[in-house]
This record gives sequence, structure tokens and C-alpha cells, in this order.
Amino acid sequence: MALLEVTDLKVHFKTDDGIVQAVDGVSYTVDRGQALGIVGESGSGKSVSSLTVMGLTRFAGNAEISGSIVFDGQDLLSASDEEMRRLRGNEVAMIFQDPLSSLHPFYKIGDQLVEAVQAHRDVSKAQALDRAVEMLGLVGIPEPRRRVDSYPHEFSGGMRQRVMIAMALINDPKLLIADEPTTALDVTVQAQILDLIQRLQRELDTAIVMITHDLGVVAEVADDIGVMYAGRIVEYADKESIFAMPEHPYTWGLLKSIPRLDSPRGEELVPIPGRPPSLINKPAGCSFHPRCPYVRDAHKRIDPQLAPAAEAGNGGAHKHEVACLLPGQSRRALWAALRSGGTPDQALARVDVPDTVVDKDAVGEVLAPAGTEVAEGVVATAQPEPPTEEGAS
Amino acid sequence: MSTNGATKLIEVTDLQMHFPLRQGIILQKQVGAVRAVDGISFDVFEGETLGLVGESGCGKSTTARLLTRLLEPTSGMIVYKGNDIAHSSRAELKPLRRDMQMIFQDPYSSLNPRKTVGSIIGEPFIIHRLERDDDKRKKLVQELMDRVGLNPEHYNRFPHEFSGGQRQRIGVARAIALKPKLVVADEPVSALDVSIQAQIINLLSELQRELGLTILFIAHDLSVVRHVCDRVAVMYLGKIVELAEADQLFDHPRHPYTGALLSAVPVPDPVLARAKQRQVLGGDVPSPTNPPAACRFHTRCPKARDGVCNVDEPLLEPKEGGNIAACHYPLTGDEIAKRVPTAAV
Repeated sequence: MALLEVTDLKVHFKTDDGIVQAVDGVSYTVDRGQALGIVGESGSGKSVSSLTVMGLTRFAGNAEISGSIVFDGQDLLSASDEEMRRLRGNEVAMIFQDPLSSLHPFYKIGDQLVEAVQAHRDVSKAQALDRAVEMLGLVGIPEPRRRVDSYPHEFSGGMRQRVMIAMALINDPKLLIADEPTTALDVTVQAQILDLIQRLQRELDTAIVMITHDLGVVAEVADDIGVMYAGRIVEYADKESIFAMPEHPYTWGLLKSIPRLDSPRGEELVPIPGRPPSLINKPAGCSFHPRCPYVRDAHKRIDPQLAPAAEAGNGGAHKHEVACLLPGQSRRALWAALRSGGTPDQALARVDVPDTVVDKDAVGEVLAPAGTEVAEGVVATAQPEPPTEEGAS
Repeated sequence: MSTNGATKLIEVTDLQMHFPLRQGIILQKQVGAVRAVDGISFDVFEGETLGLVGESGCGKSTTARLLTRLLEPTSGMIVYKGNDIAHSSRAELKPLRRDMQMIFQDPYSSLNPRKTVGSIIGEPFIIHRLERDDDKRKKLVQELMDRVGLNPEHYNRFPHEFSGGQRQRIGVARAIALKPKLVVADEPVSALDVSIQAQIINLLSELQRELGLTILFIAHDLSVVRHVCDRVAVMYLGKIVELAEADQLFDHPRHPYTGALLSAVPVPDPVLARAKQRQVLGGDVPSPTNPPAACRFHTRCPKARDGVCNVDEPLLEPKEGGNIAACHYPLTGDEIAKRVPTAAV
């Protein structure tokens, strides 16, 4: 049984401007000892979904949460505040991006760590302090016995993040959620922290959900990767598949727009045009369609669902799902063209993307006017569009 | 690509910036100094993009501020067009300000929230008394907005009405308004989303081609630096430890610190990521108030030898492959291949 099972999670916030659909139907599972990477830009809902797992969005008076989160057999959405408090920092722990603002500046590191232990364990202060020293040593802080008496400002950024990790792991959690744990750090310190997280995962068998915008970080740490866009997971696969044969145009865009150390130096970056959509007025149909170079009329009306990517060669050993209306064949041809260094325009010139054919596995909610042929869940294949649809778009 | 034969725009010689540390409330006496920049020399050639990389606190931003003379150096020379500007007065610097502009990291705090975009981009024209006629200035500003990919109709909007990427475009428009010779870009893309970064990087290289700009590009993201720069200088604790053409530096780093930086960059390729033996530097950067003696990197260097590296300060001199590096034991091809899988050895 999976350790964490998130099913169709929706988190909507009511604001004066409208309903912010921060998370809009996210499902994933994390097994014991496994690392899941969630990649996305700011505003894609990656942080809100994990804050909800921790039960930290329930106090926002304007949040509407639906779906289900089952952790270790316990339903977290229906758990009481008291039950969540017992879980948080004990069975599920979290580390945040900015280690300076997540530590209390007024208290010694040791006191803060002792508090974390005593909140969940009935132990004496001396025992808790021993545990704190042990954890600080484990995360690589020199002279931990002396350093427990230091204040957060006496530590460097990397050392503070180590303290945060020590605090998160002090009660042996089964699941660690790391929200951009290395974004604020220098690359050399980032390497130290990633090494530490991987070592601790191996030694303590902790499951990890790693949230980041950095594709390089997930390539090193995660086993499975979910790519989020506008509140949804648009592609999900093991990391080998995501990097070797990505299927979603947004994933392609991410991979092609970052400069990398392992690509030819002269290669031009292909930015994703436009910017992430407002989560209040999401685009109709596929929410990526305003930025997608391969958009077809039908994509503006039909909301794609995650469906298995029918790839050859993998034998179905790994789960690979994608929410895209492009037919699988076109997707693979497009990626092949992009991968060999082509721009989206060049890829389009080489690959025929049919106007009306959509991947029928991915068809979800149909936003076309009633009475058109899409009602049965399958869009007409090669037939010309009925005139009513022309008029509607 | 090659800078041989190109004319020098700026020549920096033994530049130092020591920020004094004082103690006492009324009678302050100096008790030490933060040696932010501690004797660096380099040239900037016309039309090139020179990258400056290093960890936070290594002095790269201070170098940028010295070059644009937002700070006055403790000692050393900055020769621009034949004149040493290291200690020029405000009045002497004013004409130079037209030639040197900066783009800042944070597009949120570097734009005045109470001013419209039009007046932010138009202000250089007023300060330098170039275009005092409102209508003509508006036209110039709108051309600039169009040039950097902003809608000229948004002339009267305020910064908060723009996204991060668009704000950075405003910063770029302001910087190129007076057709400067040198643009110093201090982490221009690190505050932006990944999909937006490429837009700004491409914009900068386009502008450089069209306007013949010289760019000093400061960043901590080595992949970005590799992509945009012709030459790269690596700084550690206020010193330049390696300087080379970009291809050479990324394919054959010679200084162990450069090697460690490259090794630390996470690669978005699981196969390469698994193959490499990440070389993790222990500890933190030492304090620039009291830097280690001799080679400043010896306390963290995997190749340091007692009796040499902590006694003799290595000179910045040409090594195998043409890199200029300050190291007694530069990296060998084998070591690079093991630790930096992205380097072509």
C-alpha cells in the first residue's frame, strides 16, 4: 500500500477577485522510501498541494478543499486539527525554502529542536537535547554539542538549512516534504544539501516529496516526477522517461528553455511564449493552449485528462501519463524533431499535426456547445468539423 | 568569439575594495576590514560578454559596483578610454554614467512603484538633458518599449501592473535608453521563472548584436553563464582564481574551485547525473574579514598540499589550454572527466 495517496485533490480559495483554483484535481502516490519530484513554475499550485497534505491550508478561512489525502491508512482531510497536530512534525515533516525565516530568531537552535521533540514525545529535556545533538551531528554540523547553544543568525545559509533538516527528521518521519529546499543556496551548498537529503533517505528510508522549479535537482533526487501547470499535473512518469521521452508540450518547453551544461553551447534557447495563466480565469480547454505552439482549435474547447502515454519499448513497466490532446504519434514525432535541435516552428513544418484528431484517451470535460458530436467522449476522427463547431470557436 | 585584437574598453588593475569595520560609538576606530575585492586585474574587451561567477560573498557584485563607480575603490586602477576613473569626482563621472548602465537582479525593488513606466524609462533622457520635449521623449520611450517587447500603449502603467519578466524588460529598456557602451547585468534572470528566463536571455543577446553592447554578466547559475558569455572569470573570496574563454573554462576547468562549482551543478539528465561523482566541497566560504593565508581556497581544496598551498600564494598565470588560473596543482584531464561529466575532455 502506498504511504501517501492523493486523489483528485482540489484547493480553491475564494477571494474578492474570484475563485483561485490553486490546485485543481491533483492525484499522486508516494511509496515508502520513494522520492517524488514535483516540478512547476511559481503559481502552478505545487506548494499549495503539499501545504494541504500537511493540513496547513485548512485554517485559511476562504479555502475549499475536496478530494482525498490518505496517509498511512488515515484520511487527512477529515482528520481533526488535534490529529493533524500530532501528525505534523512527527510522521510528516516539511522543510521550506528560506531557512532564515523558518527558524525563530529569538531562541537557541537547541531549544527549538528540543521543542520539536517534546511536542511529540514524552521525554525529559536532557533526553531531547541528546537527540537534538545526535541529529545535528547526523546532518553534518561540526561540534553539535556546542552549537546547540547558538542562535540562528550565527549560522550560514547552508548550515541553517541543515538545522531545518535536522528538525524535520528529529522524530523519524515517514514522509518528508521539501519545498524548494535549495533554491536560496549557492550551488556548492546546494550540492551538499542534496547529498545530505539523499544519504538520509537511504539511511532512514524516508519517503520524500521534493518540490522545485529546477529540473536538474529532480533529475538527481527524484525517482518519479510530476510536472505541474495551472493547478494540475500535466505529465507524470519515472525520471528516465520524463527526460528521455517527454510527452507534454509544456515539459518540452521547460527542457528546451533552460541553458544546460550538457548541451552544445551555441544552441539557441527556445522560451515558452507568454506567461503562466491566471488561476482565477483559467483558459478554456487545455489550460496550456495559449502558450502551446502546437495548439489546434479542438484543444481550446476540450479539457485534457491524464491518460497513459502509449509509448513503445517501455513494456508498461513504468507509469507514464500525460494530459495532452495531441495524438500520441504526433507527440512523439514532434519531440523527435525538437530533440534534434529544431525550434517548435521547424518541428511543425516537419510533422503533420491534424486539425481535429485528438488523443481520445485524454478527452475529459467537453466545453463545446451541446449538440456537437463530441458528446460520446470520442471526437470525430478524420472527418471535417461540423459547421456548428466552426461557428462556435 | 576570440578577443584577440579586440580593443580594450576597460582595464582593471589590482582593484581593491576594503569596507572598514569600526567599533565605538563616538570615537570610532577601525578594527578591521571586509576585503570584499582584494586585488583583481582583468580587461573588458569591446563587444564581448564577460561573465563573473562565484558563490555569494565572493565579491562579484562589489566588482560590478566598482566598475560602474557606484563605489569608490580603496586602491587600484579602472582605466576607461584612457582615463583612470577609480577616484574621479561625481562631476567628472557624470558623462561616464551615460556609457555605463546597470540591470539589477530584483525587478520588484529596482523600479520606483510610484512612477509610471514611461517616466522610469524616460528619466535618463531628463537627467542627461538629452530630450526635454515631452512629446519627443514619449516617442523615444515608446520605441524603446517596443524594442524590448513591451506594449508601447502601456506607457502610463505602473510597475505593479506588470509581471516579473515584463518588469525586467522595463529595467533593460531603462539601461539601453542612452545607448551605453557597457551594460553591467547583476543576476538579471535569477529572480525569474524558468520559462521566462530564456526570454530575457534571448533579449539581451539580441540587443547586444544590434547595439554592439559590451556586457558584464554576473550570475551564480553556471549554465546561464556558459550560454551567454564569451569569457568567464571565476571569483573566490575577493580574488579571481580562473579566467578563460567560456568554451575552454567549461570544457577544461583548471582550478579545483571551478571544477567543484561545475561538479555541483545539478544536470537535468538522469543518466549523466548517476554517472558523475559529485565533488562536494566541505564547509562554508571563510570570512572575507580574515581570509586564509596564501591560496585562499586551500582550506576547502581537495588537492591542497600542506607546506605549499598554505605557504605560497599562487599567481594568476596561464595553464595548459590557455586558461589563466591561480593554482599550484591544476586539475588534470582524468579528474575533470570523473567529476564533471558535462565537460568534454
